[in-house]
Amino acid sequence: MKKPVIDVKYVAELARLELTPGELEKFSRQITDILGYMEKINEVMVDDTPMTTHVIKVKNILREDVVKEPMPLSDVLGNAPSKEGDFISVPKVIEG
Amino acid sequence: MESYRLTISEIKSGYGDKKITPVSVMDALKKRISGLNDKINAYCFTGGSGPVDGKGVLGGVPVAIKDNICVKGQPATCSSKILEGFKPPYNATVIEKLKDAGAVPFGRTNMDEFAFGSSTETSAYGITRNPWDTNRIPGGSSGGSAAAVASDMAIAALGSDTGGSIRQPAALCGVVGLKPTYGRVSRYGLIAFASSLDQIGPITKDVRDSALLLNVISGHDYMDSTSADVKAPDFTSALTGNIKGLKVGLPKEYFTEGIDKEVSACMNNALSVLKDLGADVKEISLPHTGYAVSVYYIVASSEASSNLARYDGVRYGRRSPDATNVIELFKRSRSEGFGEEAKRRIILGTYALSSGYYDAYYIRAQKVRTKIKEDFERAFKDVDCIVTPTSPTAAFKIGEKTGDPLGMYLSDIFTIPANLSGIPGISIPCGFTEKGLPVGMQILARHFDEETLFRAAYAFEQNTDFHKRRPVL
Repeated sequence: MKKPVIDVKYVAELARLELTPGELEKFSRQITDILGYMEKINEVMVDDTPMTTHVIKVKNILREDVVKEPMPLSDVLGNAPSKEGDFISVPKVIEG
Repeated sequence: MESYRLTISEIKSGYGDKKITPVSVMDALKKRISGLNDKINAYCFTGGSGPVDGKGVLGGVPVAIKDNICVKGQPATCSSKILEGFKPPYNATVIEKLKDAGAVPFGRTNMDEFAFGSSTETSAYGITRNPWDTNRIPGGSSGGSAAAVASDMAIAALGSDTGGSIRQPAALCGVVGLKPTYGRVSRYGLIAFASSLDQIGPITKDVRDSALLLNVISGHDYMDSTSADVKAPDFTSALTGNIKGLKVGLPKEYFTEGIDKEVSACMNNALSVLKDLGADVKEISLPHTGYAVSVYYIVASSEASSNLARYDGVRYGRRSPDATNVIELFKRSRSEGFGEEAKRRIILGTYALSSGYYDAYYIRAQKVRTKIKEDFERAFKDVDCIVTPTSPTAAFKIGEKTGDPLGMYLSDIFTIPANLSGIPGISIPCGFTEKGLPVGMQILARHFDEETLFRAAYAFEQNTDFHKRRPVL
């Protein structure tokens, strides 16, 4: 069986993670092994099998459009690492 | 007997006879924790309060809470540095329900970071030790909850189970752990790992307490649209002790290679107890069992990579101090905040969902998942419940599998299929190894048929005394 190839550096970039060279080497090796083990699922014939999207029967849950008391702003902002007034602050997003 | 050793039902009758009071129980428990937690590290935070007046079905009963279930104003870190200092502004629905029943949510129990693990070794707050042998792991990810109950540092606890995280630590610590049917218990306020698999459930000293807690925490919740609109019965009415004629299936795929000999011997004894009680035991087949671990680690990691995208250092949680732009802020906050296993799973999941690989991994895994689910549907046409070992081995040594993630993943082999299929499962103590380590038996039933689990588990428990043994500490 062909060994799966994963570019861990590229995938980490997609996931917004910065890896150290040590992590990169270790994860590349370990995840290649894990993916190798997972190749097993290719043995199962699933051409006519639907995906599992829900394990139990679900239906749309609808409710009356009634306004309720929202969470106080102080609670919403209570965990923000940095804020200015009633806003959460972050480093500059738009250069210029 | 010291009151911290009691079960929920013993405490309730003690309150009734006025032999103990909610205040005396809480004091005894706090003393027990302060004397023992340094050794076991079951709790990462030991505060909590509430009306301890004894009113309600769980009035004055302290319940330990896993560190991924939100209690308003108490720390909720998922044992991760990325949630250091986070205090949820609301209660999880299960916490509201416990409080309505008079219970007191007390303390935060240690866990594998974001519930990623089977040993509670990936916690940012240090490893939890198995009360039966402190050189061994307690199982995971709800290792803190299981160890707290097993060491009488908690009367009962809540955990969460995504691939076995309630049942496996319960087995390895010699207590009772229940994963309810997917949808039975609201997930609102449970910090998400894999939303199609996660379920909250009780870890208790006996089967009756498990039923008592499920009575309180189950039910439809409009805050969780995947919670099922199914009426919950009084689960304690299933505790009849009678299993005459109960059809029990033994999946041949679970009783082959890889099971430790001592676990196997305990299972054989357990099966003869069930037979003596009149159960009709027969071999069945769940042919897709061998694919469950692969399917699980694709599906669960994919969902986790998506769920953990929210930790970006902006609205809550850890923010890296020296980022100069927003992308750097995301990257540094995440890279500094997540531990190794969290990073590994985010990368695995991101890969399985990425362009070019999505069909081969995620879609295919969800199709094979259907095959696994169909195996159970077929089996439950013939039998009422399925019995297996909870874990292929008893508790392993600390550090034994930390360098081998795949080996760690394979230790969940018997518990994962229930999550993939959404069916309920319970683990109860069914014996001990020669070294005195507990062994657990898992019972699985149809969707929303926890009553059969309780019926079988209670009958077994009433005819054995494994659940009464406690570690010497």
